[in-house]
Amino acid sequence: MDLTHTADEDAFRAEAREWLRAHVPARPLPSLETEVGFAAHRAWEAELAADRWSVVSWPERYGGRDAGIFRWLVFEEEYYAAGAPGRVSQNGISLLAPTLFDHGTEEQRARVLPSMASGEAVWAQAWSEPEAGSDLAALRSRAVRTDGGWLLSGHKTWSSRAAFADRAFGLFRTDPEAAKPHHGLTYLMFDLRAPGVTVRPIGRLDGRPAFAELFLDEVFVPDEDVIGEPGQGWRIAMATTGDERGLTLRSPGRFLAAADRLVRLWRERGEEPGARDRVADAVIGARAYQLFTAAGASRFAAGGTIGAESSLNKLFWSEYDITLHETALDLLGPEGERADQEWAEGYVFSLAGPIYAGTNEIQRDIVAERLLGLPKGRR
Amino acid sequence: MRFLLTDEQQAFARALDTMLGAADTAAAVRAWGAGDHTPGRAVWTRLAEAGVWSLAVPEAYEGVGPLPVETVVAFVELGRHAVPGPLAETAAAGALLSRLAALGHDTPAKRLLPGIVGGGTMATLVVSEPGPPETGSAAPRPEAGSAAPDGPPEAGSARPRPEAASATPDGRAETVGAAPRPEAGSAAPDGPPEAGSAAPRPGALGMALDADAADAVLVVQGEELRLAAGHGPVVRSLDPARRLARPDAGGEPLAVGPAVAEAAGYAARWAALATAAQSLGVGLALLERTVSYVKQRSQFGTPIGSFQAVKHRLADTLLALEFARPLLYGAALTLRTADVAAAKAAAGEAGYAAARTALQLHGAVGYTEELDLSLWLRKARPLRDAWGTPARCRALVLDGLGDRPGGFGG
Repeated sequence: MDLTHTADEDAFRAEAREWLRAHVPARPLPSLETEVGFAAHRAWEAELAADRWSVVSWPERYGGRDAGIFRWLVFEEEYYAAGAPGRVSQNGISLLAPTLFDHGTEEQRARVLPSMASGEAVWAQAWSEPEAGSDLAALRSRAVRTDGGWLLSGHKTWSSRAAFADRAFGLFRTDPEAAKPHHGLTYLMFDLRAPGVTVRPIGRLDGRPAFAELFLDEVFVPDEDVIGEPGQGWRIAMATTGDERGLTLRSPGRFLAAADRLVRLWRERGEEPGARDRVADAVIGARAYQLFTAAGASRFAAGGTIGAESSLNKLFWSEYDITLHETALDLLGPEGERADQEWAEGYVFSLAGPIYAGTNEIQRDIVAERLLGLPKGRR
Repeated sequence: MRFLLTDEQQAFARALDTMLGAADTAAAVRAWGAGDHTPGRAVWTRLAEAGVWSLAVPEAYEGVGPLPVETVVAFVELGRHAVPGPLAETAAAGALLSRLAALGHDTPAKRLLPGIVGGGTMATLVVSEPGPPETGSAAPRPEAGSAAPDGPPEAGSARPRPEAASATPDGRAETVGAAPRPEAGSAAPDGPPEAGSAAPRPGALGMALDADAADAVLVVQGEELRLAAGHGPVVRSLDPARRLARPDAGGEPLAVGPAVAEAAGYAARWAALATAAQSLGVGLALLERTVSYVKQRSQFGTPIGSFQAVKHRLADTLLALEFARPLLYGAALTLRTADVAAAKAAAGEAGYAAARTALQLHGAVGYTEELDLSLWLRKARPLRDAWGTPARCRALVLDGLGDRPGGFGG
């Protein structure tokens, strides 16, 4: 049991802290779920990338620093402690990039990753459909063989960031005759501005177009934008959601910083006794998440893998995030309903946590069946 | 960074698990609750042979410690097997006497530690913050009515002593025999944060766990450590295997001075950490037994463990336990008050939540004392509250934040 960082990691922390101190905008950027905010966040990605801070865990040749998991965790702690902006490229960096590292070709990595790292291309995900949410394998959008590629048709929805993003990735049915629903699916990348794509932004609870639905009508995708083999999409996507729910989607640094802010708010509000226990629980929870992640990262570094335990991780942070923001709103009292207060956007965002990236009901099923060994039943 | 148990530590856990699994601890718990300590003492001796009582004690006194991580490992197993007795109290007594020796008061350590390490001396411990003079060591026992386990929390809590002005400035000398009054200065409510405040007011009750079974009843009051001559009547706990009694007043003073208060704070952190680890173990055992039960119990023609309402409750139980676990190991690495308090609050709540789940999912049979499940069910709540209620621990977490809240990380 050892929680100390190496001298290298400490030096890396100091370097990151120094850079962030010099570069983090003094005032928060406008909401990234607005056109102007999206552009500002994209510019911030370019600023990060210029000094190779946008994708520290990637290999150097794609714009990263080859940082291992522990240095990544250190970077994230510093990033959020510095109050740096949210990451508009998150979906690409934490979902598509790991897939390309594991299943893509060198040509695809060289073509896709550098512009992702710089924010020049922002990626959206295209998984869900109107009739395929938790039951993702029921998806109907199809890709039909054509000369030199595929023609995509169908209807995708709840596509985060797609209102302003450039490209998207997702699953499409290439073999409607396959024996089982999750067979015959293919993982594809496509251009959101290609002919045949219609993007209809959807306002989330606060009205901002944080996601969109995509109508696809014979959208041409060249063979070079298929990831892995046709028909292997489900297996590849499940590896992606494993990453998503695992260690890299929500770093402990984010919640340590949020708990810090909550404690400051509580103190500013006269250490309201009614909120004391919940403020303490926020501090304890952030520490628990940090240490749970440290244990997972240690297993990972020792050659282990993150399996169904990633469902515990996702359940924890998504519930934690809502509770923390609700405590903040309680401390704000009647001010809490103002859309311009500093917790408002985080609160609205947190409400989606138990829904996206695999609903918490699905996660609890996974925990019960794979970690506790309970029998499968009707969902 | 390698936040994982070593192979040796995992082997230690497995060895204890195997040994306790063969020891019929359920029968020992039931006997213990009925006042028959014989089977429990046999388990106690096996624990000594396995080295459990040596973990807080340094080599100079025949121990192998201090090893807080191994203590957590061991106490998770003790909780999983519902071992009866003053477990955390004996470990904490070892820590107390060891720290006292390191601070220059080695007479009690020489006298008691070899017996504790060897298993021959079962110890229990009460740490009271100093009260007003009339409740000091020479005072008569408080009347029975105040012995209720849920007495007012402020009883015995720190408050300025009236005779503060007459305090001896040098209270460090070890004085066995004619003990002067403990030094008053350290009785200030906001004393050193790593010392007195670390004891989350266990002594507010003044009740010692299993004093009727213990060979040494240690009482810390302020800056005085004494060996009580005996104990009052045993008071029933909601867990019959936890036998509470108020130590007799008086007895033999062992040490006095600021070192006692410092060592007591250190010991209270060990007690809280060990109790938290037991809570986790109790919760894990309850979860394991409930998972087995819902797989074999059928209703509506199917195992109830296939129902989503049942599965999700069990998933949430595992979630709370698995996020308490790393807090325990993190606290073992630092032994900081705030870290121990965080682990105590999380593990205590998770263990108790596991008990609620286990009871609900077993249904009526879970509500019976004859099912062995009851041995764990009844332990979860007292362990949650012993050596620091969740509310007290949460306050300590916030107190420990300093100027940079959340400054846990690097």
